Amino acid sequence: MNCSLLLRGVFVVARKDMRIYYRKAPVYIFGLLLPAFLFFAFFVGRQLDIPTYFPGFLAMSLFFTASSVGPIIVPWEKQAGTFERLLSLPVSVTTIILGDMLAGALFGLLISTIIGVLGIAILGLSVTNVTLLAVLILLGNLCFAAMGELISSTGGRTPSNVMMLSALVRFPLIFISGVFVPLSQMSGSGVIFAYLSPLAYLVDGFDASFSQSSVIPWAIDVLVLLVFTFLFAFGARKLLRRNLMKGV
Amino acid sequence: MEAGHEEDRDQPGLGDEMDAILVDSLSKKFGDTIAVDKVSFAVKEGEFFGLLGPNGAGKTTTIRLLTGIIEPDSGSVVIEGIDLIKHPLEAKMKLGCIPEVGNVYQDLSAWENLDLMGRFYGLPRQERKTRSEELLSELSLLERKDDFVRTFSKGMRQRVSIACAMIHQPHILFLDEPTEGLDVHSRRVIVELVKKMNTQGSTIVLTTHNIEEANKLCQRVCIINKGRVIAIEAPEMLRRAYEGIQMVEVAFDRKVDLSSFASEHVSRVEAIGDKWRFYTDDTDEAIRRIARVGEERGLKITSMTTAGPTLEDVFVKLTEGTI
Repeated sequence: MNCSLLLRGVFVVARKDMRIYYRKAPVYIFGLLLPAFLFFAFFVGRQLDIPTYFPGFLAMSLFFTASSVGPIIVPWEKQAGTFERLLSLPVSVTTIILGDMLAGALFGLLISTIIGVLGIAILGLSVTNVTLLAVLILLGNLCFAAMGELISSTGGRTPSNVMMLSALVRFPLIFISGVFVPLSQMSGSGVIFAYLSPLAYLVDGFDASFSQSSVIPWAIDVLVLLVFTFLFAFGARKLLRRNLMKGV
Repeated sequence: MEAGHEEDRDQPGLGDEMDAILVDSLSKKFGDTIAVDKVSFAVKEGEFFGLLGPNGAGKTTTIRLLTGIIEPDSGSVVIEGIDLIKHPLEAKMKLGCIPEVGNVYQDLSAWENLDLMGRFYGLPRQERKTRSEELLSELSLLERKDDFVRTFSKGMRQRVSIACAMIHQPHILFLDEPTEGLDVHSRRVIVELVKKMNTQGSTIVLTTHNIEEANKLCQRVCIINKGRVIAIEAPEMLRRAYEGIQMVEVAFDRKVDLSSFASEHVSRVEAIGDKWRFYTDDTDEAIRRIARVGEERGLKITSMTTAGPTLEDVFVKLTEGTI
């Protein structure tokens, strides 16, 4: 494989996605407004210990923003008739997946960085492990952008249907991952469900970087997020290729 | 622009040096349906090659396989010596493609679309700018270069699509029904541009329903039906191969009993409006027979024309499976 052609393709696909899909309404609705509403619904007006809940809120916003761009791209392109042209260009399915992932991750990175900086500056939170926080923000964005891409590759041609599927997958995850109930306060089946969710490892990792109060060793959090990222990306590639075998 | 990489070529005996495209036993199934069935052909460098066939014949699937949009179940495609299956990115650098459903990005302007395509092919900024200006000017779109494509008519969108496929001056250009449903002006502009590219040395592969267009443009046509290649020849050679379907079209001054015209040289007679069309393998004998019978019956011949088979006649014959 020619790596320079692959890399160039990845960056051009990401650039195209940023120019076109960052402007789409579903990205704002599902990526920005929804986590904002959830924030107001669950965090505002309640006597909560901010340092305890801020890592969860940061993880939730990262999760929503990073996974909001991916689901619309492939169905939108199929519906608009641009996907066939894209495949005729010097790109492969892998290039497209990585490019879309990059576009989703950069969107998430921008928003989560703003929220993180504002949280630290306004709320006066202290970060005990800056490097870990930076690694988790990068990895979390890649992981959930890959999850968005996996949802996008399921074969639907109608963006609204894929966004519904995306909501169906994303909503339950935020309720089982320690965003609203800290992992340390969970017990029984709640813990089992939490450990099945990649978001739980991000929340736990953020806990470690802000207050060193994580339930799982942070190295495990990073490792599990890496594994989920590869699984999501690999699954997306496999699904997209399988759907292409059935026709464009 | 010299695209592709010499060191990545797969050379070993895959084809003639002059073949721009070499297709060998290409097959593709969708479920139980065989869309393309062991298709083989070669297209020479600089050739204008047509793919003809009725709806559902497998033309579009063939083009998708040749441009790397989908992968074949078996067989091989070699583009200028590069195996498309093994080295898809390198092979695709040689191609330009206007797919059947190959819209351009409607949320970008014509200029932005061309710039984006140029980036995919790694063109430097200045070259992207120069080529975009040239192409948009030739396609009469320069004045609207900054307008969103969604505000364009179908013909204008197709012209942007053609420009996108040509931005990197591809060695080989695939066009899947490029003029289907377009206005006369857009059709003419596109045909002229494609002809110009061909005269400058590019190899063109065109699929079309418009047999007259294929007849005028293509040096050779490949007729496909039910996923199989039925014939590959120059349009003129195909017509000559079917000289047995020469025609004599005659109008008489009144109704006639056609049984009297039966002859070993007249294979079939059919009514076309107020005229009769006699199919024959010997025009001279058929005319003599018609004149003789007409004189015996006191019929006045009001008009008579002769014609060889059109490419359409040949196409219909071949795809009906009657020959």
